[in-house]
Amino acid sequence: MPKDANIKKVLVIGSGPIIIGQAAEFDYAGTQACRALKEEGVEVVLVNSNPATIMTDKDIADHVYIEPLNVYTLQEVIEKERPDAVLPTLGGQVGLNLAMNLYEDGTLDKYNVMLLGTSAESIHKAEDRQGFKDTMESIHQPCVTSEVVHDVESAIEFTNSIGYPVIVRPAYTLGGTGGGIAYDEYMLREICDRGLNLSRVHEVLIERCIAGWKEIEFEVMRDSAGNVITICGMENLDPVGVHTGDSIVVAPTQTLANKEYQMLRTAALDIISALEIEGGCNCQFALNPESYEYAVIEVNPRVSRSSALASKATGYPIAKVAAKIALGYTLDEIPNAVTGKTTACFEPTLDYCVLKIPRLPFDKFTTASRKLGTQMKATGEVMAIGNSFASALMKAVRSLEQNVYSLRMPKLAEMSTERIREQLSVVDDERIFACAEALRRGITPEEINRITKIDIWFLDQVDIIIQMENELKQGVPNSARLRYAKELGFGDSLIAELCGSTRKEIRDLRKRYGIHPTYKMVDTCAAEFDAETPYYYSTYDVENEAIVDFTGKKKVLVLGSGPIRIGQGIEFDYCSVHSVWALKRQGFETIIINNNPETVSTDFDIADKLYFEPLTAEDVEHVVELEHPWGAVVQFGGQTAIKLAQALADMGVPILGTSADGVDAAEDRERFDEILRKCEIPRAAGRTVYTTEQALAAANEVGYPVLVRPSYVLGGQGMEIAYRDENIVDFMKIINMTVQEHPILIDKYLMGREVEVDGVFDGEDILIPGIMEHVERAGIHSGDSIAVYPPLHIDDKHKQTILRHTKNLAKHLGVIGLINVQFIIYNDTVYIIEANPRSSRTIPYISKVTNVPIIDLATKVMLGQKLKDLGYGTGIYPEADYFAVKMPVFSFEKLTDVDINLGPEMKSTGECLGVAETFPQALLKAFKGANMKVPKKGGRVIITVKDEDKGEALSVARELEDLGIELYATRGTYEFLTKAGVTVKMVNKMGQAHPNMQDMIQSGTIDMILNTPRRSKREDGDGWKIRRMAVEHSVLCLTSIDTAHAILTARERGRSEKLVPVDITAI
Amino acid sequence: MKAILILENGQTFVGESIGSTRDCVCEMVFNTSMVGYQEILTDPSYAGQGVVMTYPLIGNYGVNHEDSESRRPWAEALIVRHLAPRGSNFRCEDTLEHYLVEHDITGIQNVDTRAITRILRKQGVMNGMITCAEHFHVGECLEKIRRYRVSGTVERVTIPEVEHYPGPGYKLAMYDYGQKTNMIKRLNDRGLDITLYPAHTPAQVILDGGFDAVMLSNGPGDPADCGDIIAEVKKLYDSDLPIFAICLGHQLMALATGAQTRKMHFGHRGANHPVRDLAKGRCFITSQNHGYVVMRESIDPNVAEISHVNVNDGSIEGLRYKNKNIFTVQFHPEASPGPVDTDYLFDEFLDMIERHKKGAC
Repeated sequence: MPKDANIKKVLVIGSGPIIIGQAAEFDYAGTQACRALKEEGVEVVLVNSNPATIMTDKDIADHVYIEPLNVYTLQEVIEKERPDAVLPTLGGQVGLNLAMNLYEDGTLDKYNVMLLGTSAESIHKAEDRQGFKDTMESIHQPCVTSEVVHDVESAIEFTNSIGYPVIVRPAYTLGGTGGGIAYDEYMLREICDRGLNLSRVHEVLIERCIAGWKEIEFEVMRDSAGNVITICGMENLDPVGVHTGDSIVVAPTQTLANKEYQMLRTAALDIISALEIEGGCNCQFALNPESYEYAVIEVNPRVSRSSALASKATGYPIAKVAAKIALGYTLDEIPNAVTGKTTACFEPTLDYCVLKIPRLPFDKFTTASRKLGTQMKATGEVMAIGNSFASALMKAVRSLEQNVYSLRMPKLAEMSTERIREQLSVVDDERIFACAEALRRGITPEEINRITKIDIWFLDQVDIIIQMENELKQGVPNSARLRYAKELGFGDSLIAELCGSTRKEIRDLRKRYGIHPTYKMVDTCAAEFDAETPYYYSTYDVENEAIVDFTGKKKVLVLGSGPIRIGQGIEFDYCSVHSVWALKRQGFETIIINNNPETVSTDFDIADKLYFEPLTAEDVEHVVELEHPWGAVVQFGGQTAIKLAQALADMGVPILGTSADGVDAAEDRERFDEILRKCEIPRAAGRTVYTTEQALAAANEVGYPVLVRPSYVLGGQGMEIAYRDENIVDFMKIINMTVQEHPILIDKYLMGREVEVDGVFDGEDILIPGIMEHVERAGIHSGDSIAVYPPLHIDDKHKQTILRHTKNLAKHLGVIGLINVQFIIYNDTVYIIEANPRSSRTIPYISKVTNVPIIDLATKVMLGQKLKDLGYGTGIYPEADYFAVKMPVFSFEKLTDVDINLGPEMKSTGECLGVAETFPQALLKAFKGANMKVPKKGGRVIITVKDEDKGEALSVARELEDLGIELYATRGTYEFLTKAGVTVKMVNKMGQAHPNMQDMIQSGTIDMILNTPRRSKREDGDGWKIRRMAVEHSVLCLTSIDTAHAILTARERGRSEKLVPVDITAI
Repeated sequence: MKAILILENGQTFVGESIGSTRDCVCEMVFNTSMVGYQEILTDPSYAGQGVVMTYPLIGNYGVNHEDSESRRPWAEALIVRHLAPRGSNFRCEDTLEHYLVEHDITGIQNVDTRAITRILRKQGVMNGMITCAEHFHVGECLEKIRRYRVSGTVERVTIPEVEHYPGPGYKLAMYDYGQKTNMIKRLNDRGLDITLYPAHTPAQVILDGGFDAVMLSNGPGDPADCGDIIAEVKKLYDSDLPIFAICLGHQLMALATGAQTRKMHFGHRGANHPVRDLAKGRCFITSQNHGYVVMRESIDPNVAEISHVNVNDGSIEGLRYKNKNIFTVQFHPEASPGPVDTDYLFDEFLDMIERHKKGAC
């Protein structure tokens, strides 16, 4: 069936801020789909609260609303834009739920808006637990024995009938939020209670535990004619029990014979047919490893993280095809973009092995429980492609950027064999390393399989790696052995380390033996058809397909930013992609290297060539040796790319823009201080130290409180505020747990107003598109602060100082391109906090709200053009006449044992934006976008703050009282507030007589808690418990008085007028 | 042990011997299925051919007795990127390596299978040789390679004696040109009582046998070489028996009724081929294994109409014969390996038999 001519304008709902379980994959899918819609001449209206996305660019959609994702916003947008249809399957669970809400409340009917792709009935059948069970029964697809319950007692009753352990799965939550495995009644009560609270419909599923079965996923597609195809079958290395988002996943399936494979493939196709989905669908199965018995675990009638992975693994653009199907096309009418000759109606076949490893945040959240279960914890993932499992695994491990380049982990190497055996039964992110260590100790694959249930095939493959390690330990390898080691994915430096040589020696040896990588194409068809997709991965095979043609264009290499992690999010992919586009417009041939399957940058039609490879010096060098780029761009790929600047320079590749030396000057304390002195830019007194003794001396010299942080980090990793000697001792201990090549910085902590700027510098002139002011005072990481543009409280003289300092700094650092500088205004003086000669996480949003194409300008400047010729002027760009508030978004409910208090170390996973004509309205939108429920009249708030904050808490309390909010406080705060004349009730602390704070939080009658943590973690045990409990019961908990003030501002003044959605393409 | 693959075009690939170390000359083809190597090896249609598996990890789940499509492997050689050290699957009974040795099948691993596939795709299917010999003369080998021709394969693979697969339903005679067991299973499952005949059984035997329907199986080699068989197929065509034919059977029926076949550049071998069923107006993913195809322009529209077409290249995938209870397909609805999406064709065959019986009564 050809395209439906009635669909002229389509509303696309995005997925909102990046949180654990919902990351960049939806920007990738959404961007691809929007481009597909536009290709068909459809007008696209986009709503997404996440400003760091590419999909919210003006050139991706026709009308862009960066607004809170809620029913109200969508109703307003529909009322204003009058779309013909809505595409609900691209915005993850958030988008799907919202579309369902709009359907259920009659909005879609009222405005005559069609639901594209998949009907509401189908969504209901797939998403509603009971509806799903009934549908599966009707087509004879086995589900795991389970029951939907709405209260804890029913859960216990049902579990008693089927026996422990059981899995608890809350309905309508992301990434299994709040779920878990209960082994006894006590655990069941706890998990069930939490799950019920988190479920939108107060519903959980209690399910027979089939932990240990194989977990198999199929990505399938269907069109309106009923054509059904499988895109990719994937197998989880981790058996059922670990959320698929936290599992190591391989594609295609490896341990299934044809019979089992076809059985599950047919089941997946039967499911998508029964649900009558028009578009893509993900089906997850559990397969008993000892029989044909299987069960359907979950079905997602939309694009998902798995579909993004399947797209990158196969080269099949699922979101694009899904969008075209939604418009009415059938699969056989849609061309296969990879071959250009065949159609989308076929099944991709792989001639390589793909492996995904999740990127977990435990390096950031050192106190978090590393255990993996049904609750997803990963913030991102890496993918690697190889012609063997071993090479894909080794490449993926290297891509993680966790300072691990093999399956060897020092802390495991130190353990006794008995400990290792015990370690095998611990299901955490290090299990694959424990398996490798076990094999090294001679524990057999059979025994490891008995403990872990990981299929023996995977363990045999890991054993191949271990055997090679052993061979290499015997000395410098001969040609055949070296070739085999390279085939297995061993890096030169690893080989060198094992055989007692140096990386350079191994590299030279390799060259002498003529061992160098060849690149193969990802073509969807295992070479059956001639394909022209410039999407490559490395092997050590005979034929190289990445033929370097002379196109007459200069080639520029753009390094991506690797896996998404806290501190390095989707923003850097935004920057990389825009840089590629800018370079293409300037007539360059672009080459991108990246390893993140969730991103737009790894879509094969972004750069002229895509190398899906780890971002290490060696892997990059291989590409450089083949392509001989004219230049390389590193300033857009976050710390990942910046770290490779020196290596690239050593390879003789000119770094476009700021040189490796400029990067070093900004990071090297002494050099940086020298530049500051020259430019007369004041900064807080500080020292560079290496040892605890030096740190203590330095802290006492500059005077407490001080900021302690390692240099060369992103996102304030390891940064803390120390108030006295014992803090320093504690922090140094933690910092020194990982090897420190670089010194540690001790700075005087100034508590002033924090300001941040991004600038483009061309060597002579600077352009500052906008100055951002932080709502929270200094001390909270900029990524976790609420930021306002344009600034509210900055005098013109300070703005001019900021401009002067930024320009001077850029000049002296040798910046060409981007610079991000953070300042603090303290006692009427502008101090500098830090400067980074690279893109920052604020670039996407500031580009959007100022209409200055920052990356495009920076790229042009890097190529030698001058700002004065580029049409956006120099100096500070005129301020907009509306406000934009950037709000951090956290994923604390997914991570147990993580403190939610904000500090110098970044903790947020994403952000949303509020845009409005007034500051309070923009703020209110931002709060709504972050799903922070502002307390209303009659609501209840608990205040419990440390002594230093009591004075400021008073004004908050008064305002809350004026709003008609009932106040509670713990003893100290209570006494203070009562004395000041505020009506407040006392609440007992945790552990004191009931009813206490715990009871109040658990009862769900509290709307907000204001808790400022005490100065030392040791003193703050109770506060920690309060904050965790608040998170687990979805109670808003603020840890900064400034945030509380902001909430009040939004509450009082933002409410007075109607919130109007703003189309940012129209401003 | 070192092994070398020499292609007809003179290109060589050095790898490691797996299975038998016997020299082997055969026609080299590639298969893009990611699973089902055992079914592929034991598919008699591969007689005379060496199979390059494009998926690089082969042998992962070992071999077992129930997944064989015939009494032994028929492929002459197996070319893989990596052979798994052992199989891991609850049904695994043996390693693929040992299975190859046991059946004296020559194999090679650690060769650039994608490069070989690209050669076959661009230059077309060609002969090749695998040898483990220390000293050999490439010129002599090439001569041997070029001389090789797949022939007499149907005679080789067909059963020597009639076999019976009882069932409570209609009586079906199946010609074994190199049939895959799953064809019998799919029909047995539907209750059919199946008698399997050697390829050269005269049609009269079938016509006299009191059968309700006939099935022509798949098989190896060039259909045009099967002159005698084609003459018998014509007799079956002339009878009013319902006939369903797959792959070689489909080609033989086309040849028997005046159409022509040609050798394809590199054929269709894999589990992902989209086929449009023109009557249903829908596409299905099919399992395929053929190097010859019925030529579109040779079909007399008064004799047969095209029922199925390949979505990728428009080639003929199925024919329905005018005024006859005969339909034939080029692909493999019995799958094994591959998708079972066109299993409905066996139901359609059954319906056809039923209708024919009712009409006859």
